[in-house]
Parts: sequence; structure tokens; C-alpha cells
Amino acid sequence: MSNSAAAAQARKEAREFQRKHNSWGKAFSQHYWLYIMLIPGIVWMLVFCYLPMGGLIMAFENFSPYAGNGIVECLLKSPKVGFGNFTMLFTGADFVNLLRNTLTISFANLLIAFPAPIILALILNELRLMWFKRLSQTFIYIPHFISLVIVATLTFQLFNVQDGFVYNAIKNVFGNAPDILSDPKMFVWLILGQNLWKETGYGTIIYLSALAGVDPQLYEAAKIDGAGRWNLMWHVTLPSIRGTVVIMLIMKVGALLNTGYEQIFLMQNASNRSRAEVFDTYVYNRGVSQSQYSLATTAGLFKSIVSLIMVLGANHVAKMLGESGLY
Amino acid sequence: MANKQPKASSGFDKRGAGDQVVQVILYIIVAACALVCVLPFLYVFGASFATEREIIERPFFIIPHEFSFNAYVYIARDGAVFNGLKNSIIVTVVGTLINMFVSCTMAYPLSRPYLKGKNFVMNMVIVIMLFSGGMVPSYLLITQLLHLRNTFWALWLPGAMSAFNMIIIKNYFQGIPTELEEAATIDGSNDLMTFIRVILPLSGPVLASVSLFYAVGHWNAYFNAMMYINDQSMEVVQIVLRRIIFLTSSFNESGFDWGDAGSPPSKAVKMATTVVATVPILIVYPFIQKFFTAGVMVGSVKG
Repeated sequence: MSNSAAAAQARKEAREFQRKHNSWGKAFSQHYWLYIMLIPGIVWMLVFCYLPMGGLIMAFENFSPYAGNGIVECLLKSPKVGFGNFTMLFTGADFVNLLRNTLTISFANLLIAFPAPIILALILNELRLMWFKRLSQTFIYIPHFISLVIVATLTFQLFNVQDGFVYNAIKNVFGNAPDILSDPKMFVWLILGQNLWKETGYGTIIYLSALAGVDPQLYEAAKIDGAGRWNLMWHVTLPSIRGTVVIMLIMKVGALLNTGYEQIFLMQNASNRSRAEVFDTYVYNRGVSQSQYSLATTAGLFKSIVSLIMVLGANHVAKMLGESGLY
Repeated sequence: MANKQPKASSGFDKRGAGDQVVQVILYIIVAACALVCVLPFLYVFGASFATEREIIERPFFIIPHEFSFNAYVYIARDGAVFNGLKNSIIVTVVGTLINMFVSCTMAYPLSRPYLKGKNFVMNMVIVIMLFSGGMVPSYLLITQLLHLRNTFWALWLPGAMSAFNMIIIKNYFQGIPTELEEAATIDGSNDLMTFIRVILPLSGPVLASVSLFYAVGHWNAYFNAMMYINDQSMEVVQIVLRRIIFLTSSFNESGFDWGDAGSPPSKAVKMATTVVATVPILIVYPFIQKFFTAGVMVGSVKG
């Protein structure tokens, strides 16, 4: 509540300040240093974020790096094909496969990897031995800081069919074990497992900080009313982290098609590629490795547009449901 | 911090038998999670000191029966790993400095509510969070237009600022009482001096945690280095690691010729390379832990 009061105060001050110097000349002469400080960031955004957006023209032409002198001329002179690339992408043999693989991995992440940190945070929140809680937190945060190359390495060392310890252990207990490194059907579980291992612990931080902010009086009051463990969880704890959950969910939904390049690229191989090719790796394999610039740009643009629609949509839905949303 | 009140947890005072069983189960779950997170590292660390025969024969161990430093000797002789470490350190240190320079100089003006044109720039930032040109245009920009292939600039410049991290810093700057800034202005300080002498010294925690986010990102980054660096002398450690690991695995995809170097690296060498690439992160980890927790919480305050 003090937060919104402070925000209102800040807004009032802002208005007053703006009234005081409402001409650009005056603003510049008074705060020239602030404008100078903005230059590096703005130049960076223009060159590395907005200039590549111009490159999206490639999605509407048959881009050829030999159409002219230099990349800009090529971009302008390559033959325009309208929405031809989109037709080619949507009707191509790869598209259905790409969409299925991407959505399978995304929904597995959304359904399992998204709730996992919430559950773990709720469990950690119930622990009474503080030293135990802190020690476990130290351990479960570690994988977040490990590079995906090392995660891939560890996976290979533990799951390979020659001498992987986990592979052998499963085989000894159950008689046979799946070769998760090359079996296409296991690919989604491989990626999901890596994500769970790497990010579940770190993901608890934001929920734990939300849980720490719950007013203890709410618990006292509920207990006086006779609430048990589950009632406390259901009626006090969960509602108190709902806002955080919604914001995290919006971000997840917006990134639904972003399966990430690195992780999947590192785990892809010739035997599991049928299930392992997703939009992100397709853009790399077609665009960068095989120089099919226009097709890859089209696939990337399709993905960006769908993501944009989804994040705006999720934000809108959250606001309709009375949550604060992202912006 | 160490208050004994059971307030943060849902604090059950009645300790019935059923409740105790639930508690024990919860402890077991958490302990299992913690073990799963660290055991792979302990195994790899132990195995890197083991003999080749022991790695193949014993299913799982943390302390080898027979210690051998051969893997590390091999790494030291080969030189590629240390060259990779050196390059990674350069990339991480310079990259983080560039990140912090661009992010802070952007965050301070945007944190001033009176700045005319602030909303326009802020909208530019929000747009880049929501939409991008994608990989292919960026790739062509860096390789064809700017000609940054095989330079570290290709690793530093494309991600010189993360909009998300910049907003974390901006929010922190906004929380610094304006009286301090006004006092400096009355004393005749210009905006730049106020920023350097007043704002930055007060922002230690957020600068530390955001630097760490950036630094860990640079250290772990693999994909850009793979795309833009072909020169073997400029390889970062993650690239070296992947090359060595994948070399003799069953998914051998490159016919890399070891030539005079002899046989391909053994299992222990893979383990030792993993250790060498991981240890720098694990060494700084205890120091950064308090910062990143603070950083995530600062970031969760939206604005």
C-alpha cells in the first residue's frame, strides 16, 4: 500500500517537473548529460535490435547474397515473392513435424517444469529446521549456474549406453533401459529432465520471496478458525502467491515457442532428429548452416509473431481475471 | 536473519503424529532434490582423478581407490583447455564491463521521472523485449555488414544490454531518495557527476547482482561462440569442452584428427575437462549466492 502511495507521489512529482520544463530546448540544456548517457544504449538498440528487424524483408523475398554489392543492396535487389515463403513453409514437409516437436516440448515444460518450482517452494516453506533449509537451497540453486554444455556433458556421462551410471542402474533394476540419448521418442523427456534438474531449484527463489511476504497474522487467524495444514495451504498460502504465479505464467506462455537453441542443439543427433528439430534449431540449421536465408527468416518471423500474440493475449487474459499483468 | 519465530513457514505448533510423518516425508523429498543436484558433480570430480580402468569397472563412486592425475597432466600438455579458459576470462570480464556500461548509462536517465522523452525510449526498450528480427538477420548483420566474425566483438556486442537487467537497475535507481540527488544538484553537481558520485556508490547490491547475471551468462555462453568464432586459438572454454566430450562419444560427428597428439582423450580427460570448466563457477558460487537472491527479488518488483 505504501508502494502505491509512493508511486502516486512519484507520478505527481513527475508531472510537476514536466510542467516546469515543457520545452525540448530547455530539457536538453538542463539535462544534457542525461541525454548523452542515453546515446550508447539507443545506438546499440538501433544497430543490434531494430536494424535486424529490417532484415525481416528477407521473409518476403527470395534473398540471394549475390543479388548486389554488399548485404544492404542484396536485401533491396533480391526478387520479391510476397507471401510465397510463408506458403512454402506452411505446406512444406517439415512444418507439421516442427510444430509437433516444438509444441510437445513446450507443453511438457509448461505442464511439468512450470509447476515444479512452485511445489518445491511450498515444500521448502514447510521446513522448520532453518539450517537444513538453507543448506538444501544452496545445493538446489547450483545447477542454474552451470552451462548447457556441461549439462549436456553430464547427461552423456550418466546416460550413455556403454558405461553411463544411471543407464546401467535402471537396466539392473528393471531389466532394460531406454537409450534416452538417441531414442527419438525419449527426446522430450530428455529435455524436460534437463530443465527440471537445472531450473527447478532456482525457480523457487521468486516464490519463496513471495511466501516470505505473507502476513503471519493470516495464519494465526486461520488456525484460530480451525484450519488444518491443507486448509492453510489452500486458503492462505496459495492465494498469497497467485500474483507471482500469474506473472511467471504469462512469461512462460509468451515464450511457448522459444524452446531455446542451445540446449536442443546440443542434444540433437542423427538418430533423434525426427523429434528433436524445433523452430529454433530449424532456423539455425537452415539459415546459418545451409544458407537458406529466406526460408529460415520466414520460420523465425512466424515464431516471433505467434509469440508476440501469445504474450499480449496472456497479459490481456490475466488483466481480465483481475491480476496485475506484466505491463 | 536467524530469528527463531516460525513465522515465515505456515508454522504448525501442534505436532501430531500425522503431522510429524508429513514433515519427515518433506525432509526426505528436499534432501533427495539436493542430492540429485550435487551428485553428478561429485561423481565427475571423483572420476577425473580415477584411472581409466576404475571408471569402466566401478558403476558409481565418489572417492576413487587409486588416485591418478594423468587426466590433468594431459589437459595441461594439450593446452587447448587453458587457452579456452584464458579466452573465456577475457570474454567474461570485458563483456561484463560493456554490459554494465551500456545498462547503467541507459538505466539512470530512464529512472529520472522528469526526463522529457523518457517514455519514448522506454517503449523502444519494451519493443525489443517483445519482438526481435530473429537469428538470421542478426547473423547476417554481424558477419556481412559489421564483419565481426572471428573477433570477440561478435560475443560482446549483440548482447551488450539485456532489457530485463537494465530495468532491474532502473528500478533500483528509482528507489534512491530524490533528496540526495537534489542536494548534489544544489551543490553544483551536474547530472553525470551526480550519477557517478551519488547514485552508483549507493547501488552496490544491484550492480553486484546484475554484473553476476551478465558474467555467468558470458562464461556459460556457447552458441554465439560456435556461430561466430572458427579460429581455434580464439575458442572459449565451452567450445573446447564440447569438442573434447563429443570426440569419442558414440555420437562422433566430426572426424577430428588428433594427429601426433596420439589417441583421443580418455574418459578421465572428459571428466577432468568438465571439472576445469565448472570449477570457476563453483568457486565464486558461495560469494554470489546472497547477491543473486537479492537480484531476483529486486527484479520481481516490476516497473
